[in-house]
Amino acid sequence: MDMSYDVAVIGAGVVGALVARELTKLNIRVALLEKRNDVAMGATKANSAIVHGGFDAKPGTLKAKLNVEGTALMPLVCNELNVPFGNNGSLVLGFDEEDMETLRSLLARAAENNVPGVRIIDREELLEMEPNIAKEAVGALVSATAGIVCPYELTIAAVENAVENGLSFIRNCEVQGIDFADSEFVLHTTLGDIRSQFVVNAAGAYAGDIARMIGDESVRIQPRLGEYYLLDRAVGLTVTHTVFQCPGKMGKGILVSPTVDGNLLIGPTALDMEEFDNVATTAEGLEKVKILATKSVPSVSAKNAITSFAGLRAHPLNDDFIIDYSPVNRRFIHAAGIESPGLSASPAIAKYVRSLLLGIAGDLQSRNDFDPVRRKPVRFRALNDKQREELIAQNRAYGRIVCRCEMITEGEIVDAIHAPAGARDVDGVKRRTRAGMGRCQGGFCGSKVVEILARELNVPLNEITKFGGGSDILYDKTK
Amino acid sequence: MVVIGGGPAGLAAALRARDCGVKRIVVLERADTLGGILEQCIHTGFGLHYFGEELSGPEYAHRFIELLQKTDITVMTDTMVIGIDKNRVVTAVSPEHGLMKIEAKAVVLAMGCRERPRGALAIAGSRPAGIMTAGTAQKYVNLDGYMPGKKVVILGSGDIGLIMARRMTLEGAEVKMVCELMPFSGGLTRNIVQCLDDFNIPLRLSCTVIKTHGRERLEGVTVANVNERFEVVPGTEEFVECDTLLLSVGLIPENELTKELGIALDSVTGGPIVDEMRQTEFEGVFACGNVLQVHDLVDYVTLEAQLAGEGAANYILGNNQAEKVYVRPECGLGVRYLVPQKINIKNHRDVKLYFRVNAIYKNARVVLEVDGTVISNKRKVKLAPGEMEDVLLKAEVLAAMREDSRVLVRVDV
Ligand SMILES: Cc1cc2nc3c(=O)[nH]c(=O)nc-3n(C[C@H](O)[C@H](O)[C@H](O)COP(=O)(O)OP(=O)(O)OC[C@H]3O[C@@H](n4cnc5c(N)ncnc54)[C@H](O)[C@@H]3O)c2cc1C
Ligand SMILES: Cc1cc2nc3c(=O)[nH]c(=O)nc-3n(C[C@H](O)[C@H](O)[C@H](O)COP(=O)(O)OP(=O)(O)OC[C@H]3O[C@@H](n4cnc5c(N)ncnc54)[C@H](O)[C@@H]3O)c2cc1C
Repeated sequence: MDMSYDVAVIGAGVVGALVARELTKLNIRVALLEKRNDVAMGATKANSAIVHGGFDAKPGTLKAKLNVEGTALMPLVCNELNVPFGNNGSLVLGFDEEDMETLRSLLARAAENNVPGVRIIDREELLEMEPNIAKEAVGALVSATAGIVCPYELTIAAVENAVENGLSFIRNCEVQGIDFADSEFVLHTTLGDIRSQFVVNAAGAYAGDIARMIGDESVRIQPRLGEYYLLDRAVGLTVTHTVFQCPGKMGKGILVSPTVDGNLLIGPTALDMEEFDNVATTAEGLEKVKILATKSVPSVSAKNAITSFAGLRAHPLNDDFIIDYSPVNRRFIHAAGIESPGLSASPAIAKYVRSLLLGIAGDLQSRNDFDPVRRKPVRFRALNDKQREELIAQNRAYGRIVCRCEMITEGEIVDAIHAPAGARDVDGVKRRTRAGMGRCQGGFCGSKVVEILARELNVPLNEITKFGGGSDILYDKTK
Repeated sequence: MVVIGGGPAGLAAALRARDCGVKRIVVLERADTLGGILEQCIHTGFGLHYFGEELSGPEYAHRFIELLQKTDITVMTDTMVIGIDKNRVVTAVSPEHGLMKIEAKAVVLAMGCRERPRGALAIAGSRPAGIMTAGTAQKYVNLDGYMPGKKVVILGSGDIGLIMARRMTLEGAEVKMVCELMPFSGGLTRNIVQCLDDFNIPLRLSCTVIKTHGRERLEGVTVANVNERFEVVPGTEEFVECDTLLLSVGLIPENELTKELGIALDSVTGGPIVDEMRQTEFEGVFACGNVLQVHDLVDYVTLEAQLAGEGAANYILGNNQAEKVYVRPECGLGVRYLVPQKINIKNHRDVKLYFRVNAIYKNARVVLEVDGTVISNKRKVKLAPGEMEDVLLKAEVLAAMREDSRVLVRVDV
């Protein structure tokens, strides 16, 4: 098998996905290599899902610049990709004069970073905006451009759209070594060698390892764990804004935020880790989330949690995104150290990487046949009765409800499997359709999803995994 | 009459309503087949009370399915009800019939229950494959014919967990232990004996799983003892190697549709509040089986469903719909809940009050009191939360009651 490309992007998180999509707009052959069985399996899978206003980052850094630009682009990208974006705005609460001082310095930063729509409000206005907020709050910083987006949905949609436009998405493809000869990289992967003129390193927490494969020691990353609870949708939205606490005090501060799906999310903690792939939650961390969240919103209760999870931030030791040519080889571009606000910045990071590529590759042609629109997937739940009737008449599979908590039909699951870069495992179906994400957490539909995957992929039941690799669900046949 | 759910509850309710003279009955079932959860319960232990013989789950269900097939009751499988509105219009979807709106005079809710998932328990640790509810494992083994694990720890001593401990052992798996948070098991005594004791599987009481380990497939769990306040006792943490964690930590009545109608639920049972004919607080809507209260024995599901079927028939045919005067029986010491939650004293018939106790009692007495007078006082060798109990309120006692009469059930130690 000869695999040779103009650009190979390593890592299919939100950064790699948006970069790959952006580069697919050029007249070149692009590959997106991912070691896992699906896209969005790293930091992109488990984070706060906030599109930050941009007042937080230190002025003059790449973080600040790309956050503000990315947040401005986000609604447009979401619109093209048919991904829900919620412009709910954010609040940073102040509980005493010291906090208010911090809020004032954040306001000043907002001005320096050119963030629109940021102001400080008093207690009265705050309680009017959010009646369920702690009575102890004395004021807040409002950021009007802040929003929420589902990070893996964005990633899935971007890759889907890019594949439809010609991107090669290659899963279960771990890059294990890199050679450079005759102005070409040879990536040694678990699926064989892949050749490429240029490489983009978007490997998240592993970006340092990838850099070292070409002898580049400049990317140094500290993994940092963040833990969350997700609450049952039945709880309702106690708050509509994303509610932060002041940074600095009480560690990093716990946020309470709605998600685009109508759940409340509370978290995260911040714990430095030694391992790069350990996303186990800890009893201590979850306890902290539980207690600290009530400081902002007294009525939130972890009793209503439907799940808890953790994600790893790829914290760069130099404290800023590392998006640049490798000092070892300029044909190798890092998009590394992308910790928060990496999700917010991702659309701008994609454009920035494109300009870096053009800077080294010379004038590459843009394609005129790139279709930026990703078709909206069928969402049975969101339809009215008449639309549902028409849909079932077209395809009977939309008349069979598989996940009753989220009302997901067999038709939607089949679509998710056969979509470009579609689902190959149970968690992949869950992220694309929400089957198994409701209050019973797949207790009811999990086995049916396994059956549908096996049928559609034409493999025996026990070859279906939870999330690829060794995450087998079933062993041998019974006696 | 529309019956939602074709498990033992739905089947018995439909049949009884038919016998009572209701002409147009439809049973809507989301699975491909009738029978409900019984279809995957291939062990025996069903029907001892109702038929006086030991049947397997499918055998028990098939007795009713055969009866049903002899009637003109309409059955729609592969059909899921997704809504009911205030006019009792039921919305259902199926691949074959598309979206349907069915106007019902009476609705019988018989949706059963679901297993409590792990997420809600928020055990710390990783999220590998190999963690599933006991019922899911039962389906994989009994219906799909695949083993979901080789070395198993079971959390929770509910009946499904106990049954699966035996089933997995018989299929060659090693079941290491059953951990139960409470100081007693929530399962039937007969299941503890036949499924654990007979196979030397330890039941660890006041013990829980506090952490899961493993990146891809489960590699082990940390178990620990808990005190009376359910806090972990430091120093008792122990790593247990396993590739499978089965959860049998309780069942939740499936009441999403019920809630949509604004029907009041009992916070203890998780099911709707009903009268002696199992009518909910929404007129013309009845409930029976696990959607009303979690049953351990299917025999009682059948009896309960027959009441609901008769109640729905009376409602449709306009029988016994005269003035209703309700009394609300009260839970005394030791009693967690009572079903029915209210009794129409104008409906002159014997009423059985079903209940569960809150702890294990030995040689205790179950006392039924009406207006301070002891009506019955029965000695029980053993009372346990895992076994449903009942007391009888006779028609003649009811007939003598007034609007402000007080009915009380309690356990005397
Ligand atoms: C707890 C937490 C909260 C956060 N909250 C927010 C927020 O609210 N707002 C916000 O803007 N940002 C937030 N972030 C940051 C945001 O999640 C990240 O910036 C973003 O997801 C990073 O995406 P990525 O593509 O760089 O990395 P990842 O998503 O980690 O993707 C890297 C990919 O590379 C793959 N890979 C690694 N090594 C190899 C290899 N050798 N071969 C092939 N593939 C490989 C991995 O499998 C992975 O899929 C948060 C992060 C965390 C952890
Ligand atoms: C694993 C297990 C082991 C058991 N062992 C024993 C035993 O040994 N002996 C014994 O006597 N009892 C036993 N029981 C108890 C007994 O089987 C149950 O109490 C009984 O099956 C409950 O009947 P049901 O009709 O209320 O619920 P179910 O059997 O759960 O039936 C409910 C039906 O409703 C359908 N439904 C739900 N929602 C909808 C909707 N929206 N639209 C359409 N259809 C819907 C479901 O698909 C299902 O078929 C056991 C139960 C379980 C789960």
